[in-house]
Amino acid sequence: MTSSALVQSLYVFALAGFVGFLVITRVPALLHTPLMSATNAISAISLVGSLVAAGADRSRVATLLGFVAVTSATINVVGGFLITDRMLRMFHRGPRAQPADEEPKK
Amino acid sequence: MTREFLIQASYLASSVLFILGLRSLTHPDSARRGMQLAALGMLIAVVGTLLHREIVDYRWILAGLALGSLIGYPMGMWVPMTAMPQRIAISHMFGALAATLVGVAEFYDLGSGAGVGHAQMAALGFEVLFGSLTITGSLMAFLKLQEVLPGAPITFRGQNLASLALFASGLGLLAWLVASPVHPGAFYGMLAVGLAFGVSLVLPIGGADMPVVISLLNSYAGLASAATGFAIGNNVLIIAGALDGASGFILSIVMSKAMNRSFANVLFGAFGSPQASAGRTSEGLAVRAVTPEDAAIQLAYARKVIVVPGYGMAVSQAQHQLRELAALIERNGGEVIYAIHPVAGRMPGHMNVLLAEANVPYDKLREMEDVNPEFASADAVLVIGANDVVNPAAKHDRASPIYGMPILDVDQAKNVIVMKRSMSPGFAGIENELFYMPATSMLFGDAKQSLQKLIAQVKQA
Repeated sequence: MTSSALVQSLYVFALAGFVGFLVITRVPALLHTPLMSATNAISAISLVGSLVAAGADRSRVATLLGFVAVTSATINVVGGFLITDRMLRMFHRGPRAQPADEEPKK
Repeated sequence: MTREFLIQASYLASSVLFILGLRSLTHPDSARRGMQLAALGMLIAVVGTLLHREIVDYRWILAGLALGSLIGYPMGMWVPMTAMPQRIAISHMFGALAATLVGVAEFYDLGSGAGVGHAQMAALGFEVLFGSLTITGSLMAFLKLQEVLPGAPITFRGQNLASLALFASGLGLLAWLVASPVHPGAFYGMLAVGLAFGVSLVLPIGGADMPVVISLLNSYAGLASAATGFAIGNNVLIIAGALDGASGFILSIVMSKAMNRSFANVLFGAFGSPQASAGRTSEGLAVRAVTPEDAAIQLAYARKVIVVPGYGMAVSQAQHQLRELAALIERNGGEVIYAIHPVAGRMPGHMNVLLAEANVPYDKLREMEDVNPEFASADAVLVIGANDVVNPAAKHDRASPIYGMPILDVDQAKNVIVMKRSMSPGFAGIENELFYMPATSMLFGDAKQSLQKLIAQVKQA
């Protein structure tokens, strides 16, 4: 990695950080737990790096480390998106004129 | 050329989808669809990566994907909502583990540092240092929340000094490596130091401070992913990592503010705080206990009831009974709303998820600023397993360790019923003045059982 590549990466990092800041400050406290599991699932994008390490056949060590990394990242991708969806499915608005003891229909 | 273009296009598409997905979380109605877009983004990025020219052998990849899905599916679908804090903590460990291992593999493949430039070493170093401390830190948080380790701070003499020394030596090794990358010993030493630092950082932190710690670990896991992106020159990793890092950082600031504490105080403040908590004592004061029958009468025909849930509700898993009681009050024509303190529970948003699971509509869940003016007009306030977040000492008692922490103004209410296991002080070891106020009556017992008794009584009323 050259220093100009480093600067370019820093650009991307800084801008993405700003976008993240602006977007995430608007997430209500109501959804802070889903936000956590969602960002966790998204940052499991390190799967992309793991895939290359596991499949490039550069060395036995790298392949094995890559395999464990692919496994861990996949756990977060699959588990993270599923659990976020499971949580978000539970949030619903209250019924307007419905008697309260009835199960609100989704 | 076309292959490289396709790969980069897939990364661009997934970056955009990730940002759109997070943006959708600003409202519960759009959130689900948005997160499905983000999941699609992940799929696109993975498919794009599989086109990579360097990938020649798919066997280990497929094995990893299969094994990860096999473990990830139950972790997504079967983990109960009450176990969410530890579930989130362990997922930070997996994320950091993946980032760290990619960093180690990269270092190893580049001739253990021989083929690594200074800038790349800086990226790899950050990746491995942040990653390793997040691995063990998250594991400790998981073990505490799972109650394998005691939730109370685990401390020993000179612990802060030891932690700081570990952190300083980690940074020192990192600086050395950036200056001269061909030092495998320093690299693996830094990895070990990072792992040890993660343990010593989280062990002394008590259960009530977990919301801050989980958020910080969330941020670190993201930063480790972003550093991976720097090291292997991949923008989508940098973007997703920055988003995660920003999110965790913002959450930890929100949590610290809600406790009126600084990061430094949360991370290094475990020493002697419970003992030093002078505050006021309860000597000469008496609490008024109430029977479920009397409490039920107060609730049955109340026009407006505010419920204040806390960690105690999560522990006894009483959210479904709470919802049942609320339905009875609503059927009698009353209104029930829920006052959610930002640090109630063990992670950001903990109470909201539990109540949503019990089918409480989200428009009944109110944030602290919105609900505080309403306490004075409520007929009854029901405090379930919450303690420090309703302690009026935070407002006026300068000697109290929680002085200055924003609290729910339950002390303004005309009639307060506190459900509590016993009179033992809360986690912080602080006496709660609210329990001794004339308007307060105490309903002792397990929250779930007490609620069941209340439900039975209100049905008869």
